[in-house]
Amino acid sequence: MPKAPSQTTGSGPIVQIADVSFSYGDALVLEHVDLCVERGEFVGLVGPNAGGKSTLLKLILGLLEPQAGRIRVLGEVPSQVSDRIGYVPQFPSFPRDFPISVEQVVTMGRLGIGSSLGWYRAADRAAARRALDEVEASDLSKRRIGTLSGGQLQRVLLARALAGEPEILILDEPTANIDQRGETDVFDLLATLNARLTILVVSHDIAFISDYVSRVACLNRTLTCHGTSAVDGDAIHQLYGDRVRLVDHSH
Amino acid sequence: MSAFLSALGDYAFLQTALIAGLLASVGCGVIGTFVVVKRIAFMAGGIAHSVLGGMGAALYFGFDPFLGALIAAILSALLIGTVRLSWKTQEDTLIGALWAIGMAIGILFIAKTPGYASDLMSFLFGNILLVPAGELWLMAGLDLVLVSTVALFYRQFLAITFDEEFARLRGVPVAFFYLLLLCLVAVTVVLLIQVVGLILVIALLTLPAAIAGHYLHSLGGMMLLATLLGGGFTSLGLALSYGPDLPTGPTIILIAGAVYVLSALSSHFLRRRLAARRARAA
Repeated sequence: MPKAPSQTTGSGPIVQIADVSFSYGDALVLEHVDLCVERGEFVGLVGPNAGGKSTLLKLILGLLEPQAGRIRVLGEVPSQVSDRIGYVPQFPSFPRDFPISVEQVVTMGRLGIGSSLGWYRAADRAAARRALDEVEASDLSKRRIGTLSGGQLQRVLLARALAGEPEILILDEPTANIDQRGETDVFDLLATLNARLTILVVSHDIAFISDYVSRVACLNRTLTCHGTSAVDGDAIHQLYGDRVRLVDHSH
Repeated sequence: MSAFLSALGDYAFLQTALIAGLLASVGCGVIGTFVVVKRIAFMAGGIAHSVLGGMGAALYFGFDPFLGALIAAILSALLIGTVRLSWKTQEDTLIGALWAIGMAIGILFIAKTPGYASDLMSFLFGNILLVPAGELWLMAGLDLVLVSTVALFYRQFLAITFDEEFARLRGVPVAFFYLLLLCLVAVTVVLLIQVVGLILVIALLTLPAAIAGHYLHSLGGMMLLATLLGGGFTSLGLALSYGPDLPTGPTIILIAGAVYVLSALSSHFLRRRLAARRARAA
């Protein structure tokens, strides 16, 4: 059932960030950040709150422009390829009481594919059904979006991202609003998807994601990369400071 | 009521008024639904009131107030839309200012136009009985523009009303469609001003769609039901106001308002009863 990603951009890196700095007014959020994500990788981006994770995501998605440095996604300027990125936001950016069904929300992931006039076509609805199947949420398709629980909504947003048949999946704190059991489910699902998709996931929970990802990028204004085995006390210490390491170890 | 029905057969102006009401309700159903779910009623109010500037200018310079209203509505929609897109922080203050400035301009023009004092009342509160028969074609044309634009770009309008950030990521030119939506609101406002006047427009733009939203949970369904409700309210208002010679616009609005309040209360109680029954059955 899962389709091979369209290998249109050949073998170049999926995300390439070179010497990027960014500041909001006086506050420097990112400082000389370099990051390269290769095709097929599962990268975890961790770091404390206000460490610049969301800003870096917005830059990769093309919602912000870097003030210094260079970002290429799939070999292009991010805003040119944003429809080939599947994005799952941390908080839904829509009102929960909007009169719309799960099915319709997921079909919206097809925006920008094929003709853009009139209603969605049968092919779009079929892709939406496949995506709902893949996240095991087909039974929710007729439900109103406002009636879903946090975990169900997370799956539906993932399905919306998958419906657009992206080449890279970017998730911002996908497990922030769900319990531990649901957290494991979501990451198991992502591990399966990683067979055909490059995945970049933001999380504050370094201990949990290191079981799943192939590489951890630690961001606290500056960025340091580790293989998962190398995320030891020193790395955590460097990132969060001494007090947090103690908490993390008692986990 | 029966007096109205027999008069309807005899008087062409009543037939014109009835058709004008039905034509206006298409706009109030289709665009009103967007106004309600996107929560831009305040912006729509701003557009509606600043239209007085255009109507006053049209009157003063001696061209059709309908045309003046249309131009002013589109201009003010673009202005208000740009304000919303670029100065997010002061949005409500600026819309409020445009709202009042438009009205002030209109009143100055009307005051300086000799012999037209009665027009002010019909601009503010509408007079469906004075719609000229020729204007029906113009109204039908505007309806066609509204419905075909929404049908053609349904995906984009749904996307920007539901989730602007996601729409932007999927390559939808959000600012363009946002301004286009506000222009459609402006056209609808002009249609509705014929019926209830610019002060009461906001009620017809929101109440039918809000009532539909109590029962239906899809945009298409809300649009259809809101159009039917709008047609019902304007026709009933026309009929009920005819006998006792009441002003039609306010009668229409009171009917819509009463149905809205009843519907809000009853749908609230229905939901609670349903929830209680489910809990007991479990």
